[in-house]
Amino acid sequence: MFGLELSFIWAGIIAFAVLVYVILDGFDLGVGILFPLAKTEQDRDVMMNSVAPIWDGNETWLVLGGGGLFAVFPLAYAVVMPALYVPIILMLLALIFRGVAFEYRWRTKRWKRLWDFAFFGGSLVAAFSQGMALGGLVQGIEVVNRGYAGGWWDWLSPFSLLTGLAVTTGYALLGATWLVMKLEGDIHDKMRRIAQPLGLATLVFLGLVSIFTPLQDEVYFQRWFSGGSLAFVVVVPVLVLLCAAGLWKGLRGGGDHLPFFSALGFFVLGFIGIGISFYPMIVPPSLTIVEAAAPDSSLGFALVGTVILIPIILAYTAYAYWVFRGKIDPSEGYH
Amino acid sequence: MTAEVSAEVLARIQFAFTVSFHIIFPAFSIGLASYLAVLNGAWLWTKDGRYLSLFNYWKKIFAVAFGMGVVSGIVMSYQFGTNWSVFSDKAGPVVGPMMAYEVLTAFFLEAGFLGIMLFGRQRVGDGLHMLATFMVAFGTLISATWILAVNSWMHTPAGFSIAENGQFVPEDWWQIVFNPSFPYRLVHMVLAAYLTTALVVGGASAWQLLRTPGHPVSKKSLSMAMWMLVIVAPIQIFAGDQHGLNTLEHQPAKIAAMEGHFESHEGGVPLVLFAIPDQENQELDYALEIPHLGSLILTHSWEGQIPALSEFPIEDQPPVWIVFWSFRVMVALGFAFLGLGLWGLWARWRGWLYHDPWLLRASVALGPTGFVAVLAGWITTEVGRQPWTVYGLLRTSDSHSPLDLPALTTSLIGFVVVYFFVFGAGTFYLLRMMRKAPDTPRLGLRDGPIRTAGIMPGPAQPRDQRSD
Repeated sequence: MFGLELSFIWAGIIAFAVLVYVILDGFDLGVGILFPLAKTEQDRDVMMNSVAPIWDGNETWLVLGGGGLFAVFPLAYAVVMPALYVPIILMLLALIFRGVAFEYRWRTKRWKRLWDFAFFGGSLVAAFSQGMALGGLVQGIEVVNRGYAGGWWDWLSPFSLLTGLAVTTGYALLGATWLVMKLEGDIHDKMRRIAQPLGLATLVFLGLVSIFTPLQDEVYFQRWFSGGSLAFVVVVPVLVLLCAAGLWKGLRGGGDHLPFFSALGFFVLGFIGIGISFYPMIVPPSLTIVEAAAPDSSLGFALVGTVILIPIILAYTAYAYWVFRGKIDPSEGYH
Repeated sequence: MTAEVSAEVLARIQFAFTVSFHIIFPAFSIGLASYLAVLNGAWLWTKDGRYLSLFNYWKKIFAVAFGMGVVSGIVMSYQFGTNWSVFSDKAGPVVGPMMAYEVLTAFFLEAGFLGIMLFGRQRVGDGLHMLATFMVAFGTLISATWILAVNSWMHTPAGFSIAENGQFVPEDWWQIVFNPSFPYRLVHMVLAAYLTTALVVGGASAWQLLRTPGHPVSKKSLSMAMWMLVIVAPIQIFAGDQHGLNTLEHQPAKIAAMEGHFESHEGGVPLVLFAIPDQENQELDYALEIPHLGSLILTHSWEGQIPALSEFPIEDQPPVWIVFWSFRVMVALGFAFLGLGLWGLWARWRGWLYHDPWLLRASVALGPTGFVAVLAGWITTEVGRQPWTVYGLLRTSDSHSPLDLPALTTSLIGFVVVYFFVFGAGTFYLLRMMRKAPDTPRLGLRDGPIRTAGIMPGPAQPRDQRSD
């Protein structure tokens, strides 16, 4: 019984790590996606400097999500990675371009535009790949004899393209509202204007994904439209609308912070929705949380440190954000 | 060649390629992070502007190298799953938690404090900035500790049982983490990182001194690098010898391959200086040997015997040619580093450390060779582990993902093209940054002689040297 509980605790921790990743790296990938909209050199500089001190920490949650899955659900890791091979590799290659752009673009004059483009392209492809990987996971992975049993393009479908677009749009919204919060002047006003259509588009995509997700699998359909979950079916959309109202109010002049946190709300709610669909699966429709879990000796060992370390990490991460709080000073930077 | 073999070969090439690139950056950033912490501390302690100049100079280089390390590292963390899923399923319960601890104790620490170290001196003040610099350095060392625990466990597995489903089940984490080869590997790798960095810093400083003779800041960094070299190189040679003895105990086939020791020799094992190993016929061609020296080094006795390759089935032998030669490259470079360190010591004693053109040229020439030694050492130990991923228990041929060949081929091409382009550009930027000498510290009010003389400074003097 205790073992059972350990694996569920771990499923919660992994879900938390992935959610933190999505909301943190989401906005800095979004800043990259919006990069071409900046018309002046200085606008691009401040956009990049608004995330330069923190992006690395944000991306580390992706490593924790992957590394955590490897540690405590090795079977799920071993099945999901080959199944989503193409989007994962695409994402990794894109993150390479994007990650080095933070340093390279300050180290060259002649090639600066190239690294500007690498920052934009890397962010865009990484976001789209993550969305497609999510869709590929939601639509189900075939497992035979502890291994992935499908081909290397099985993940590709109209649904995974839809989730790819949805995540990309959502990240762009996060990026725009982050920049509303962090910047001043023309570029601030521009981001405020762009955030409105992005918010609307995100809402539409959220609706479309919500409609098509239950159709991917009989179990999802049962989960959403029968018995006890009906309460969630009503509550989640209401909360989404509340966030939409907050976003609208914020963008219409209700403060620079409200839009960002409303946009984060979309992601948290969407994530909860996926969680409701999945539970108790970790790789639908084949593997449950319990089936994929590592032995108790692994779960216990990893849990002791995780429980102590995650609050510490959150504390110094919060401190790092605090150090770089407020609007970006265009003259600041170490380069 | 069957499809099965090809998938394995492609996965191996991809792993070897991506990890070879990756290992270069940590080897540099581990050493450089510690160097930055020393420089920052020395600046705060002495207020000698040369330390601050050096800190600001190497900080930028660190940022570029660290960025490359991060992005190539993320690839590594996912590659276990994408290309080695059977290994991940089976060894994940042991290997995974250690790697999760690496993320939790090291990566977050580095990433969280890197921003403050690079951008934040003015925002947080000297004390907290020093703490951030220290945390980044500490993080790189913790990271090395966990990843070498993982790697060492794959070489000398301990503290586990094997379940019915084929998974390794952890039984004793103390034994798993502190497995028999872990302390040797950790020490050898961290010293290698310090040596590599000392060589780069020394090489860049020497280059700057050749172009700008007498540059005060470059003199300082050359001096520090030369001290580091002469202290660490002999320790490294000793540590390498100890590591070799440990390997002889736990992976004798690897030692036999390193020595080119196909057949046991009556009366004692020679040390082979040069040879062409012929694994097919299990013999050494054109061997140039020193009798008995192999026995002396490995067993500390004149006639001591070590296991020969012929005692292992040929399918359990590592590829001899690669291991034999990569080992020789590493050892030769190690002694070259010691030689450079001693030369520097002698030149310092004679008072021409900063002007001897041949010493400076030799420093420049050896500057990048730390990376070569690290790679050669890594090839020796990893190729020497073959044909196993978990030594003696899980074969490499049983470890890879059930992937279609086109998937592996395409991703391999993608990695090769992207890595050469991205890391080629990065290397170019690094070299260009190192070509230029650091700024000469201006005498500030805080430490300069102007104030002590009681004379008001002229207008527009900088308050101090803080330029970041």
